[in-house]
Amino acid sequence: MAKTLLAVVLMALVSYLPRVLPVVFLRKKIESPFFRSFLYYVPYAVLGAMTFPAILKATGDTASALAGFAIALILAFFEKGLITVALFAALAVYLFQFFLG
Amino acid sequence: MQIPFISSRKPAAPQQEDFLFGLSDGFPIALGYIPVSFAFGLLAVKGGLPVWVATLISLTNLTSAGQFAGTNLILAGASLVEITFTTLIINLRYLLMSLSLSQKLAPGLTLKERSLMAFGITDETFAVASVERAEISFPYMLGLITGPYLGWGTGTLLGGLVCTLLPASLQNALGITLYAMFIALVVPPAKKSRAISLIVAVAVGLSSALAWLPGLRFLSEGWRITIATILACLFGAACFPRKEVD
Repeated sequence: MAKTLLAVVLMALVSYLPRVLPVVFLRKKIESPFFRSFLYYVPYAVLGAMTFPAILKATGDTASALAGFAIALILAFFEKGLITVALFAALAVYLFQFFLG
Repeated sequence: MQIPFISSRKPAAPQQEDFLFGLSDGFPIALGYIPVSFAFGLLAVKGGLPVWVATLISLTNLTSAGQFAGTNLILAGASLVEITFTTLIINLRYLLMSLSLSQKLAPGLTLKERSLMAFGITDETFAVASVERAEISFPYMLGLITGPYLGWGTGTLLGGLVCTLLPASLQNALGITLYAMFIALVVPPAKKSRAISLIVAVAVGLSSALAWLPGLRFLSEGWRITIATILACLFGAACFPRKEVD
């Protein structure tokens, strides 16, 4: 048990360090326009890369995932809020699997 | 720079308001975390860890891939060095997110505030905070991470206690919420900016290529996301350098 707890502490440490070091030590604005642009685009690129193709495997079968994906795209296109899009996509998956699964 | 919000209706509570905005933005993240953390609790306890240790892992690590891998290694009896190194490698992508976030923090944050905010950076909170806010304040981030943190911990505890899966229909439906939220975050800005839409397209193309092309499939999901992100952002910074307007 002692070794397990030590492992948990070490895992916590290496999970925290990459998150905290830049936020605490990088107090200045980065000057380089190239690097600033790079960092500005990071969230959008992360969102794209995280969503696809992983979304296809999010619901147990590709067909219902595509249904949820489509609903999310449509609602997002009309700029609905995060909660609305998330809940309606979940509902779409649920109904799709209930009636067609 | 954002112009400070001054309203005659609620002059005294911009802090509280920011916290509430964060809380509400964090709700779909919390929802999406429940089936994942539930599964984590279940697997960890089935593998032989006490429920409280599984919950402790979730409350201190607050990562998905990192703690799944670390816990698997604990259960497999791996050495401490191996456990630590593997978890570190998986979590390196947070460097990039934290770096990006550091450029958007409100001025004048204390060390304590920065340290606390950093603890709550996950793929999801990072993406929501950076897309939804021009400048990230302490109360907003605190509100944002509260729901996901509680959801992650509670899900693990319940998964460990119940030790049986959520009904498949519910798991499947909740499984899409995080991705739906990502789509809700990325589509509106992509509609307005050709640069952003192209960068997203490049990132999606690369992550699909890394997932599907034979010979590249050995990479874990974390690495696929990191590599696709870095290449897409290099492309963006080279082709669409931003003039300082914000």
